[in-house]
Amino acid sequence: MSDVVEKTLTALPSLLSLDSQSGAGKLSSTSKLGGLIRSITELTSKHEEEKLINRELAAIKEQVSSPNTSMRQMKEIMVRAIYCEMLGYEASFSYIHAIKLAQQGSAIEKRVGYLAVSLFLNESHDLLLLLVNTVLKDLQSTNLIEVCMALTVVSQLFPKDMIPAILPLVEEKLTNPKEIIRRKAVLALHKFYLIAPNQVQHIHSKFRKALCDKDPGVMTASLHIYLQLIKENPDSYKDLTGSFVAILRQVVGGKLPVDFNYHNVPAPWLQIQLLRILSLLGKDDQSTSELMYEVLDESLRRAEMNHNITYAILYECVKAIYTIYPKSELLEKAAKCIGNFVVSPKINLKYLGLKALTYVVQQDASLALQHQMTIIECLDHSDSIIKRETLEVLFRITNVKNVAVIVEKMLDFLKNVFMEPDILFLLYVGCFPLLSDTYSPNNEWFIQTMNVVFSLGGELMHPDIPNNFLRLLAQGFGSEEEEQQQLRVFAVDSYLTLLESDTAHLPQRFLQVISWALGEFSYLKDGLEPCKVTKLLAKLLDERNVTSESRSWILSAMAKLSAGPGAAALALQVSERYSSSLDTVLRQQALELLHLSQDPELHARVLPHGAAWDSFEVDSSLSFLDSFVSEALSQGAAPYKAPHQRQEELRQEKALSLEPYSISLPVSLSSCSITDRQSPTLLSMSSSLSGNSNELKAGTLKLEGVKRVWGKEGYLHQQDAVEEAAQVEEAATPALPLSPQQGGAESQQTHGDLTVVEQEKQKLASSLFVGLGSQNSTFLMGKSDSTSQQFRRKTRAADSTSSGVSERSSSSSHSSCSDFLHNNLLEDSQNSLNTQKIGVSNGTHEGPVTQSFQTTSKETSPFLDAGMVLVQPCSPQTELRDFVQPGSSGITQTSLRSQFPPELSQLPHSDISLLSSDHSLSLSACRAYRDDALLFVIILSNLKCCGSIFETFSTLIQVASLRGNALENLPAHSMSVCWYALLMEEPHTQVTVAGSVSYRAVPGHTQTLQFTDKLFLTDFIRPLTLSTEEYGKLWLSFSQDVRQNLKLIQGEGDPLRATLSALKEQLQLHIVDIIGSEGIVACRLLPDSPCLLHCRIHGGSLAVWLRSPLLSLPDCLLYYCQKTLEEC
Amino acid sequence: MIKAILIFNNHGKPRLIRFYQYFAEDMQQQIIRETFHLVSKRDDNVCNFLEGGSLIGGSDYKLIYRHYATLYFVFCVDSSESELGILDLIQKMYEKVCLSLQVFVETLDKCFENVCELDLIFHMDKVHYILQEVVMGGMVLETNMNEIVAQVELQNRMEKSEGGLSAAPARAVSAVKNMNLPEIPRNINIGDINIKVPSLSPF
Repeated sequence: MSDVVEKTLTALPSLLSLDSQSGAGKLSSTSKLGGLIRSITELTSKHEEEKLINRELAAIKEQVSSPNTSMRQMKEIMVRAIYCEMLGYEASFSYIHAIKLAQQGSAIEKRVGYLAVSLFLNESHDLLLLLVNTVLKDLQSTNLIEVCMALTVVSQLFPKDMIPAILPLVEEKLTNPKEIIRRKAVLALHKFYLIAPNQVQHIHSKFRKALCDKDPGVMTASLHIYLQLIKENPDSYKDLTGSFVAILRQVVGGKLPVDFNYHNVPAPWLQIQLLRILSLLGKDDQSTSELMYEVLDESLRRAEMNHNITYAILYECVKAIYTIYPKSELLEKAAKCIGNFVVSPKINLKYLGLKALTYVVQQDASLALQHQMTIIECLDHSDSIIKRETLEVLFRITNVKNVAVIVEKMLDFLKNVFMEPDILFLLYVGCFPLLSDTYSPNNEWFIQTMNVVFSLGGELMHPDIPNNFLRLLAQGFGSEEEEQQQLRVFAVDSYLTLLESDTAHLPQRFLQVISWALGEFSYLKDGLEPCKVTKLLAKLLDERNVTSESRSWILSAMAKLSAGPGAAALALQVSERYSSSLDTVLRQQALELLHLSQDPELHARVLPHGAAWDSFEVDSSLSFLDSFVSEALSQGAAPYKAPHQRQEELRQEKALSLEPYSISLPVSLSSCSITDRQSPTLLSMSSSLSGNSNELKAGTLKLEGVKRVWGKEGYLHQQDAVEEAAQVEEAATPALPLSPQQGGAESQQTHGDLTVVEQEKQKLASSLFVGLGSQNSTFLMGKSDSTSQQFRRKTRAADSTSSGVSERSSSSSHSSCSDFLHNNLLEDSQNSLNTQKIGVSNGTHEGPVTQSFQTTSKETSPFLDAGMVLVQPCSPQTELRDFVQPGSSGITQTSLRSQFPPELSQLPHSDISLLSSDHSLSLSACRAYRDDALLFVIILSNLKCCGSIFETFSTLIQVASLRGNALENLPAHSMSVCWYALLMEEPHTQVTVAGSVSYRAVPGHTQTLQFTDKLFLTDFIRPLTLSTEEYGKLWLSFSQDVRQNLKLIQGEGDPLRATLSALKEQLQLHIVDIIGSEGIVACRLLPDSPCLLHCRIHGGSLAVWLRSPLLSLPDCLLYYCQKTLEEC
Repeated sequence: MIKAILIFNNHGKPRLIRFYQYFAEDMQQQIIRETFHLVSKRDDNVCNFLEGGSLIGGSDYKLIYRHYATLYFVFCVDSSESELGILDLIQKMYEKVCLSLQVFVETLDKCFENVCELDLIFHMDKVHYILQEVVMGGMVLETNMNEIVAQVELQNRMEKSEGGLSAAPARAVSAVKNMNLPEIPRNINIGDINIKVPSLSPF
């Protein structure tokens, strides 16, 4: 710290002299803070600092509470308090004074007050409420600086509940003539959007206005909001693509004022922001992407200067190009850019280049090939961050030929940096087995690699790795028995050598693996005395650093080996020592060992060598103990109770909790049984338990592109895809035997004369990038993989949305459907026999068209699956031909409505709208409002003159998930109606329903038609009929309320009545009562979440208080209330 | 989004801390310590990006830092920020801070490569104001460069006029308070501003 002190001493005189020049107020401020800082820098220990700061805080406390302290002094005190807080000492007593300062001070003091508030408090702090009034006052101030300060603090932190109070004022500021105010207002709205999106929904049009603001600063600020909006829902903002492109073109073209330039680059951060927005918009959307190709190209072209910030833009550009719908010309340029990054001598650029490469290499592995030499150099880079990025790249291009080299490099890396307890490195250790057995070149190599992994990974390793490894040893790769034996023998061999050397450094997990493997497989090795192995194990047992868990593994291994002649004596010795162990598990195992070693017959029966795992029968009901139990019971023993039962009873008796015991019991059980003969099954249990976490990890690991071989069940050796891929690989290699060397050879030619070191690198390169070089296999791996991968990713996303589905909603929709189904069943019961017959004939015949025509006339069975969905084929007599004009979607509403089954047509319903269609199938949808659910009705109509339609419906919605069923043989020009009963679990203003229909127009060729539709909150709102008394009770039972002012409809008659009836009309509310200038209204969100509205005329507007048990329901409902009244 | 901006010296003493996401007090200190630990052992010739901290947001976040003389400027950001963009932002901010501190301390030394660490703590609040204009609520703002300087200038004058309140009568104060801010960037001549404003707030 000496240099700091020195600096202090030299700096202080000048500071003091400066202060004396500039006024008295400033002198006192700096000298006190200065004194504090000086004394802190002079201190030598943390303890002294603590003492000093506490003294300082006490002094501050005294000063702030003194009534004589002026605001100016207060300002100076605040700065000191901020300083103390920064050092980590709490000064909570000063918070309230910070607010006071913001409230009462003059401009400059206010500023300090606001700053202190924003540093001290967080959004949920109670004191923040006290700030609201100050902010309100300052927003209304005529002083520009005060308004600015208020807006700044609002965009930093503001209590969510109080947003409605200041929202109108902030909105008003959007039209302020001063750009700085407009800009800050936009940012404040951005903040509001982040913390309470529903409250600013009605001002989206104003966001658009801000985007078109003539001042670039305001426009830039609005981009933050748009980035957020587009991230959440890109589809709604596609129409803005043109505007964003236009803005970017203007910025790139240098149309902004020079003030916005940074190192001669026009508004670089703005450009980055725009590029990011564009890439979000253009993702998977060809037509939108086409709009931006030109401007992206221009950005690439313009940004060729050599400054950091231009590289930042370039990088963002490249990312955008690879995200949007691909265009080969641009991709080429982007690839060149990445190349420049990677070979750049600037280390930051290299880092980014490698990052881009990891991203791109999945789509085009050949790009890595171009830069192989650079990648090799990066591997030996002194910066571990660069090294790690390089490994990520390598990890993604791993294949069967280069796996050995890549894994070796990774191990080197681990050896060097493992000392840091870093999560990512852990993940790397987790990746190894994935690599190892997908591409493992041979057994020997695999075992050796795993040995290194185990000894490096140590205790930090994920427990799945040893579990899976043992499973693999026990069951093999699914390959030849002989090969498997070889693997085991090799494992035994290598472990024996390890045990013979020093074992002290081996991690516990590795010891456990070793002992299990030795216990199981050492008999496989010819000429190996079990006695020798036992001796080694006994030696291991006595080591001091071996934990008792590992000891238990070792003991059970010894039990397996104890049959041999020499081993018995040793076993006796060991068991004698451990039969008095304090650890009960060890003691039990020692006794077992003793028995087994003395009774070879029993040993052979209990622990046979090499028996198949599944042939082992376990009497899980413990029936052999029955007689013992009944005897004990007859003698008056208490019947057995399961641990949880016992605990429950104990809790009821309010006795001491025995929780520690209940935990230790299963642990000891599993640890002793896991080492037993049945371990593979138990292990698989544990691995299936941890399977989920493994999958989660895999998500963060960025493992896309790596074939999955470890599933919940462990190693998925039956996975077809992997096998196929491997076959393709193998087939491709002999055909192009020279290709692996091509990459290396080419670069050799270009480099001409090479030093020895370079030659080595070349060699390394050719071994690393082998397999990528051969054109065939590259594209097989690269391109085709990436498409299928994209597809897979999509489905995964869909799955994840469906996982949010509630049990409740699906079950209730089920029940609401079931009575329909039941009715239907009854109606159709007489036909059901018939149907079955048809089903059979269909199955055998593969359903020729003519036959399907005939059969459908009798088809009646409307549902086939789970009873979730009701599908009612329309009566075959109705010919669609009358209504359909061929080639157009001119199906009239009436014609469609006529298709409705009677129970639907009586319900109120929305207009029928076309969802989606292709040349043979058209989907229309309509929403019917039933009292207990929203019915989402889908009408399928077959436009073609022939074809059977086989439907598998899967609808994934936020509110409910319904998996559909198969509807066979939808005849030509006919329609079918199916509907879903939906409920909304979480209030949202709108949700998107997406689904697909698969059908077969031609046998064996399945086509899928996708559709999406939006459902609104209002679809799920139903009136809640209540009496005034009931309303009162319910109102009091909820606590939180939301208040909002709404527009009043001015017309003839009572404005309150008019407004409420308009709301009732549009939103399905129930008006409970209207008394004078107040009205109470109730509604419910399906199935049964009430929302109560209390309206009152206040001034010229309608003040509404809303209460509901669901916190977000009032916000969402308010949105629709506002919307309805705006439209009136 | 930027999660935090940390400025500390070569010994890990915090000089300016701003969090854009809420962390409890002791967590903040822990983050500062961890960040210092990670950053301080890196050479000056390695890259300015760092992954692998564990406290803020896990694997989705990285540290982007610059080392100037005795100070480390560290930005903790999530994956949505442009690395080089932030790196230059630090540079830009640093230049701004130096410039304004120079103006403030009135040193005529034009070389701002050596902003004194002590200047920074003595004028901590001013540095915070600059930060507010560059990064707002964790978002990088593309602002008119001169505007920030002008604002700082304005602060200085405001400070001085208030400081010398006894000497200079309320005239100067009202001039500052009713100043027309957005016009300043293009014309920093504050003396020209009309000061004949009738409504004076009482002091």
